[in-house]
Amino acid sequence: MAAADSTDTLVSIQGVTKDFGGTLAVDGIDLEIRRGEYFSLLGGSGCGKTTLLRMLGGFETPTSGRIMIDGQDMADVPAYRRPVNMMFQSYALFPHMSVAQNVAFGLEQENVVKSERDDRVAEALEMVQLGEYGRRKPHQLSGGQRQRVALARALVKRPKLLLLDEPLAALDKKLREKTQFELANIQVKVGITFIMVTHDQEEAMTLSDRLAVMNAGRIVQVGTPGDIYEFPANRMVGEFIGTINVFEGKADPENSAVHCPALPCPIVMEDRVAAESGSQIAIGIRPEKMRIRKAGPAPAEAAPASNFLAGKVEDIAYLGDLSIFHVRLADGRIVQVSRTNITRRRDEPLTWEDAVEVEWDPQAPVVLHQ
Amino acid sequence: MRRGSFLTLCLWAGFAFLYLPILVLIVYSFNASRLVAVWGGWSVKWYGELFRDPQVLGAASMSLQIAAISATVAVVIGGLAGYALSRFGRFRGRTGFSTMLTAPLVMPEVITGLSLLMLFIAMEQIVGWPAGRGMTTVIIAHITFAAAYVAVVVRSRVAGLDRALEEAAMDLGARPFTVLRRITLPMLMPGLLSGWLLAFTLSLDDLVIASFVTGPGATTLPMLIFSKVRLGVSPDINALATLIVAVVASGVLLSGWIMLRTERRHARQVRAAFRREGAMDGN
Repeated sequence: MAAADSTDTLVSIQGVTKDFGGTLAVDGIDLEIRRGEYFSLLGGSGCGKTTLLRMLGGFETPTSGRIMIDGQDMADVPAYRRPVNMMFQSYALFPHMSVAQNVAFGLEQENVVKSERDDRVAEALEMVQLGEYGRRKPHQLSGGQRQRVALARALVKRPKLLLLDEPLAALDKKLREKTQFELANIQVKVGITFIMVTHDQEEAMTLSDRLAVMNAGRIVQVGTPGDIYEFPANRMVGEFIGTINVFEGKADPENSAVHCPALPCPIVMEDRVAAESGSQIAIGIRPEKMRIRKAGPAPAEAAPASNFLAGKVEDIAYLGDLSIFHVRLADGRIVQVSRTNITRRRDEPLTWEDAVEVEWDPQAPVVLHQ
Repeated sequence: MRRGSFLTLCLWAGFAFLYLPILVLIVYSFNASRLVAVWGGWSVKWYGELFRDPQVLGAASMSLQIAAISATVAVVIGGLAGYALSRFGRFRGRTGFSTMLTAPLVMPEVITGLSLLMLFIAMEQIVGWPAGRGMTTVIIAHITFAAAYVAVVVRSRVAGLDRALEEAAMDLGARPFTVLRRITLPMLMPGLLSGWLLAFTLSLDDLVIASFVTGPGATTLPMLIFSKVRLGVSPDINALATLIVAVVASGVLLSGWIMLRTERRHARQVRAAFRREGAMDGN
């Protein structure tokens, strides 16, 4: 236990396990979340992220392990006494109360005097730009407005920690993008620690200071969005976040190289290849870190000695800003290469069935552990 | 409307089957003749006679009291049972509890009535309460079977309630009792209200069980009607029945109209909210 950074840590999850009648929803998680951080739990459905969030809120009891919030053990603290508020996926607005009554509910429970309560409710609604909607009932609001009421209701109590369960899942795509930035701005403004559960990797990458990728009740990797994208801990993370081309081959640590039977030449890496010589390892290269060009008239002569492959264009996805090329190698496997369309042009020089060459820098590949 | 002619005929035949008897009864309640089957011209004299009959008025007030008290108690007991069945997860003996609770729904009334009568006699001999049979025993008997109906209604209402609402209230600092008072009960109110109305009508309607467990001096309206009819159908019974039909029908129509109006307004407001959002995005 590192005592030095205890002031910096708000939430400390220590060996927490949750057993639902024989199935381990959460399997021995250790996690530290810092004060003022926007932290995301990212994973597919059934990975245990929501169960972990509900244990923080006090709606589930850990089978074993300990949850500390601000240095206090939460074991015997019921949900209504935790310094934590939660924004529910369904928003859970009380349908029989007006917007203002919904927001005031938490303050009433604290016996905040009426005048202060009114001020704080008005301030919270102003923050989410719903100042004039206090008298409305929840069903008189649109989806985006309901989401903002739920946020105001959770923040008005000024909790130490705000839990968000898929906060944007119920909104349509356009509104979701707009709301993402609002959410990030509000988090910076109020300075409260946010923990968000999401299955949407883009959302997690955009909003989080740090995120944890979860799978089968365990945490696979914790880091900044950059760490996780550029240095995925293993193949599962690499494939879950974005797209990655995976090549398997024999490690050659002396030359920082990997010999893949699928490629005409070795992959040479800038980083040290930390594996036993001759052992089987997997290498990942992101599509945007590869360059594609039309094959020259005599490719065999000019072929570089490393970090190179040749193939045929199988498919092109033109996305406007990007074009994604599916390149078929000689052995039939498909490699994805993306290209930023930096110039405007009518005639795409690369088309289906063109012979192409793909290369990359030694900084591009990353070793993927199992 | 070629497609509709046969179906329309079926519809009207169905309606006639259901409502013709009631219509006949209503028409004959305005019959001036003392003989039920002979038309003697229009008259409202049987209604006047009805309101001068202390026996009828007494039985009606007795029935209303029994129905109101037993419905209220049944809502409390049945409401708690329905909530427990829907919310407490898989507790020990849940299946047994749920089967036993719904048994009164399918149990023949004769058996329920007889068993309750025997229970009351045994209780009187052993603990001395309830002393004799009368209004109290009818109320107790009505509570027992009405509670089962209420439990079924409330259970389905609780199952449709978003659990997150109660969790959100707790998350905002409300203790369990406050959650019940401020969130759960208001949300369950429509279910409790319809449970109460159901229990009320069941009690008002019951003849068999009440006949078993009642005693001298406690005659409910159905019992009175039944005993009068056994002596021959008299036109004032038609008048009484017409009044009951009128009260029930207006109650049903009124509640239906209120529900429809609320629903329509609700739908209109939801549409309006989303239209506004669409307009905002367009800007």
